[in-house]
Amino acid sequence: MRLNCPCCGPRGVEEFTYRGDATLRRPAPDAAAPDWVDYVYLRDNPAGWHRELWYHGAGCHAWLVVTRDTRTHEIADVARAVDIARHGRENTGS
Amino acid sequence: MTLFGRKTAAAPRTGGGNGVDPARVIHFTFDGVRYPAHPGDTLASALLANGQRLAGRSFKYHRPRGILSAGPEEPNALVELRTGARREPNSRATVTEVYDGLVACSQNRWPSLRMDALGVNGLFSPIFTAGFYYKTFMWPAPFWEKVYEPLIRRAAGLGRAADEADPDLYEKATTFCDVLVVGSGPAGLAAALAAGRSGARVVLCEQDSVTGGRLRAERGELDGVPGWQWARQAMDSLRQMPEVRIMTRTCVFGAYDGGTYGALERVADHVAMPAAGQPRQRLWRIVAGRCIVASGGIERPMVFVGNDRPGIMLAGAVRTYINRFGVVPGRRAVIYTNNDDGLRTATDLAHAGAVVAAIVDTRATQTARATQVARETGAKLFTGGAIAATYGRLGVQAAAIRDRSGRVQHIACDLIAMSGGWNPELSLTTHHGAKPSYNAALCAFVPTTFPPGMQAAGVANGAFTTAACLREGAEQGQAAAAACGFAADLPALPAADAESYGIESLQPLPRDRSVKDGKAFIDFQNDVTARDVRLAAQEGFRSVEHLKRYTTLGMATDQGKTANVNGIVQLAQQTGRDIASTGTTMFRPPVQPVAIGAIAGAHTGTHFKPTRLTPTHEWARQQGAAFTANGLWQRAQWFAQPGESHWRDTVNREVRTVRTAVGFCDVTTLGKIDIQGPDAATFLERLYVNAWRKLPVGRARYGLMLREDGFVFDDGTTARLGPQHYVMTTTTAHAGAVMQHMELCHQWLWPELDVHFISVTDEWAQFAIAGPRARDVLRHVVDPDFDLSHEAFGYMGAAEVTICGGQAARLFRLSFSGELAFELAVPARYGDALARLLMKVGAPYGIAPYGTEALGVMRIEKGHPAGPELNGQTTAHDLGMGRMLSGKKDFIGRAMAARPALTDASRPTLVGLRPVSPSDELVAGSHLLPRGAEATGAHDQGWISSAAWSPTLDGWIALGFLSDGPARHGETVMVHNPLAGSVVAATVGPPVFLDPEGARLHV
Ligand SMILES: [Zn+2]
Repeated sequence: MRLNCPCCGPRGVEEFTYRGDATLRRPAPDAAAPDWVDYVYLRDNPAGWHRELWYHGAGCHAWLVVTRDTRTHEIADVARAVDIARHGRENTGS
Repeated sequence: MTLFGRKTAAAPRTGGGNGVDPARVIHFTFDGVRYPAHPGDTLASALLANGQRLAGRSFKYHRPRGILSAGPEEPNALVELRTGARREPNSRATVTEVYDGLVACSQNRWPSLRMDALGVNGLFSPIFTAGFYYKTFMWPAPFWEKVYEPLIRRAAGLGRAADEADPDLYEKATTFCDVLVVGSGPAGLAAALAAGRSGARVVLCEQDSVTGGRLRAERGELDGVPGWQWARQAMDSLRQMPEVRIMTRTCVFGAYDGGTYGALERVADHVAMPAAGQPRQRLWRIVAGRCIVASGGIERPMVFVGNDRPGIMLAGAVRTYINRFGVVPGRRAVIYTNNDDGLRTATDLAHAGAVVAAIVDTRATQTARATQVARETGAKLFTGGAIAATYGRLGVQAAAIRDRSGRVQHIACDLIAMSGGWNPELSLTTHHGAKPSYNAALCAFVPTTFPPGMQAAGVANGAFTTAACLREGAEQGQAAAAACGFAADLPALPAADAESYGIESLQPLPRDRSVKDGKAFIDFQNDVTARDVRLAAQEGFRSVEHLKRYTTLGMATDQGKTANVNGIVQLAQQTGRDIASTGTTMFRPPVQPVAIGAIAGAHTGTHFKPTRLTPTHEWARQQGAAFTANGLWQRAQWFAQPGESHWRDTVNREVRTVRTAVGFCDVTTLGKIDIQGPDAATFLERLYVNAWRKLPVGRARYGLMLREDGFVFDDGTTARLGPQHYVMTTTTAHAGAVMQHMELCHQWLWPELDVHFISVTDEWAQFAIAGPRARDVLRHVVDPDFDLSHEAFGYMGAAEVTICGGQAARLFRLSFSGELAFELAVPARYGDALARLLMKVGAPYGIAPYGTEALGVMRIEKGHPAGPELNGQTTAHDLGMGRMLSGKKDFIGRAMAARPALTDASRPTLVGLRPVSPSDELVAGSHLLPRGAEATGAHDQGWISSAAWSPTLDGWIALGFLSDGPARHGETVMVHNPLAGSVVAATVGPPVFLDPEGARLHV
C-alpha cells in the first residue's frame, strides 16, 4: 500500500504507523464518563470508507487523516491532520 | 543424430534448439552420475537429453515420476540442488538452469530413485486417501505417535533443507515505472513495444532466463521468420529505448495495494556461486502506474488411469523441449488431446524424427486439422477415443487405447504427450480477491475483474492465437502508456500463422468398471486422484475451498497450477453442477515459491535490526565493558576490573564508588526533546499530570505522563532553559513513542498551541556524574565562571554552561542514584572526549565508570520506578504518585485516571521489600501472598517488579506492588517464586531504602 503524503509525496506504507479512527473527538475535560469511555475504548469496525490517523514517522512526522476503503485499501484522500484539526472540524460538524 | 554418442534408443538431441548453444558442452551430476549438457539447458531438458526420464518419487505413494512440464508449473520434477550450506530442496528441474558443475539429487526416494522401498506405500494407499491427515488424527494418540506419524514422516518428505546457515547474500530493491509488463511472450513484447515507444518508463519482467515465451517453444513464423527470431528483434528494439528496462530471471509474484508489485530476481541461481558481493537473489518492489499481465498460459494434463508415469508429459512442454532445447523426449509417441493445439505436438515430433504411433482425440467429431495431422505424421487417429490405462514400471512403455466403439488396443510408446487445453495464467489478477469467470467457449477461467491499474493481455486474458496475443498486447500497451500520460501510435505488428484451437468441453474421468482400480491423478504433486475428489464430495466437501483443504489438491510448491481446473471439473460432475457454478479457488501471492532468505534480504543476524551505539561505546569497549541491549541501544552494563571474578563483585564496587566517592555513567540513551514556543508551558501542562507554569528558568522538574486511558505512559525530567525553552527527557524505552504522542497532541488535539519541538536524543551526549566528590570533579571540567556551589546551583538546577574553556554544554543537577549528582550534556561528538577527560580529572577523587546494572541497583535503593514499574499496567496511584495529579488543569489521562477502580486502595501499590532472613534472595517476578496463604491465584496480592543485592544495605532489596501496600508497612508477606518453587518471608516497607530525607542530595 502507498500513501500520498501531502508533505512528502507517495511513499510506501512501511514509512507510516497506523493509529486508528480519525472521526473521534476528544471530549471536553468535564465530559461525562460514558463520553470518555466511547473516546478511549469503543471503536467501529466499518467495512468500507473509513477516516483514520496515520503517522509519517519515517518521513515528515506529520499526522495524516487518510480516507481508506477497508475492503479494498483504496485511498480516496490523504490530508494533514493539523489542517483538518484547524479548519476541517467546523465542516464535519463536531 | 546424437550429440553425446549415447547408444540408447532414447538419445534425443536433435542438434537444434533455439535456446541452447550446441557448440559448448558443460557437465552436471544427477544422483551422483555425471552428464553432459549445453549452456541454455534447464536441468529438465538436460535430463531428458540424457535419456533420464525418472526425476523423483511422488509425495504419498512414492510412485516413479518424470518431468511433466517445461515451466514453473512443474509438480513432479522437484530436486535438491547443490550441497552443504547451499543445498536447496524442492527446486523445479524445469526452471533450473544448468551450469558447469551443478549438483542435483532426486528427492523422496530411499534407497535410490530406481529402487524405492517405500514404493510399497501403494499397498498402504487406503490410508492416504482424501483427508488422510484429518482421519489419522482421529486414531488413538499412541497409535498416531508410534505408528502413523513416523510412517508418514518417513514417507512424505519433500526434500531436505540445508543444515547450515545460508552463506549467500540477498538484497532488496525498489523501482518505479509507468508500465509494468509481466511476461515476454508475443503479448508482453507487443505491449512493451507499444508502451516503450511512447516514452513511458517500462519495466518488462520475464521469469525465464530468456525472452520470447512460447515463441521459443513453437515453430510458427512471424513475418516469415521463426517467432523466436522476431522476439529477438523485438528485444533489440526495446533495448534501444532508454526508458525501457528488461529484467529476465525475474518473476513478478504478487500484486499488492497501490500499484505495488513484488518480484524475485534470481541473480546468481544460474552460476555455481555468486561473485563476491553479488546477491543470490534480489527481492524487488516495483511501483507501477499500470501493469499488463502477459503471463501466458499453463496447459492442463489429461486425467486418465496411469497418467503419472515418467514419459507422460504436457504436449506443449514436448514442443518446448524439441524447439527450444533441441531435445526429443521420446522416440515413439502417443498424442492424447481434447483440442487442436495438442495436435501441433504430433507435427513437431514427426518433424524432429520421432514416430507418432497414435493420436487419441477425445472430441466426438473428427476435425479437419486432426485429419490433416494424422495423415502428415502417419499416426493412427482415434477420434472419440480415450487412454484407458498405461504400462511401464519406471516409465511408460505402452498405452491401452479405447476407441469410440469401446474396443481397447495396446500401442507401444515411450512418450504420451497430453493436452487438456490451456488455462490462462491469471494468478496476479486475483491477488486482490477477484475471482475469474469460466468461459465455456474457451473451456477456461479468464480474468474479468482486475486490481486497479492492472490489465491482462494475450493467453493470460484468453486470447489464444499468436495474432490475437500480438494485437491485444500492443493495444493494451498503448492504452496503459496513455493512461500514464504518454501517447503513441500502435507499433506495426508481424503477420502470424493461422491457428485453430477447437476445444469443445472438459470431461471428468469416466466412471466405469475398467478404471475402478487405477489411479488417475489430478494433482501430481500431492498425489490427489480423481477418486479422492469423488470421495471428498461424497463426504460433503462440495466447495472448492473445502476440497482443497481436505484433499490437499492445489497446495504445496506448485499451488495446483496444473491441477486446479481438472479438480473443479471432477468436483462439478460429482456434485451435479456445471464448472462455472462450481467456482475456483483464490490465488494468493506468491505466484511462485519465494525463498525466506530473499524476503529477509539483508536483515539477518546483527543486521536484523539497527544497533544504536552511545557516544562512549568505543571508549567503553576499550575499558572492557560488558554491553547489554536496551531497545536498539547497546549500553555498558558494567566495567569489570582485574581480580573481579563475578559480575556482582563489579557492580557492588561500582555502587560503592558512587556512594563513597564519584562515578559516571553514559545516560545518552534517555530520550531528549527540545521544546520551544510561547505555548511551551501550556503544552507541558497538558502532557504531564503535574504543574509546569511556575517552573522558573534554570530549574528542572520530575514529570509523569499518562495515556488517555489513565495509566502511566512515561516519566522523566524537564528543565526550563529559557522563558520559552524547555528540554524534556524521556525513558530510553519510550523515547520514540513519547515523540509520536507529542506530535499527535500538537497536530491533532491542540493545533492552536504555538509550540515546536524536535528530538535531540542523538545530538547530545549526556553523563550522570554522581557521588560525594562529583562537584570536585566538575570543577575541573566546567569553566570557572560558573558557580557550582550548592547555594548557587542547587538540587534540580539547570543551566547552559561552558566547559573546557568555552565549549557550550548543558548542566543539570539531577540524581537518579540519590547522591550529589549532575548530568552534563555536550554535543554528541565530544562524548568520547568527555569520558576520557572525566577519567583523567576524576582519578584523584577515585572516579570509576558505572554501567546500567549499578544504575539499577542504586535506583532500587532509592525507590525510583523504572521500566519494570512503568509497565503500562500501573497508575499514578499504584506508583504512590497519585497526589501529583493536578486538579486545576486538563491533561492527557486526567478523566480516565479518576475512575474509582484506578485509585482503589486494594490495587497493588508500590512498596519496598526485604527478606526476613538476610540470606534469602528476592527475585523479580515473584508473587506476593499473605502469610500462611496457599500459593494459588486466589491469594495473589501482588508481585515483585525489581530486585537487587544492595551493597549499601548489605542485603537483598526489592520493589513490588502489593495490594493496599502503603497501609501494610511493617507486615510480613510471603514471596513465592513459582519457577524455583521457593517461598520466602519478606518485610513490607516504604519503597525508598536509602536516605529517605534526601540529605545526600542537598549538599
Ligand atoms: Zn510525510
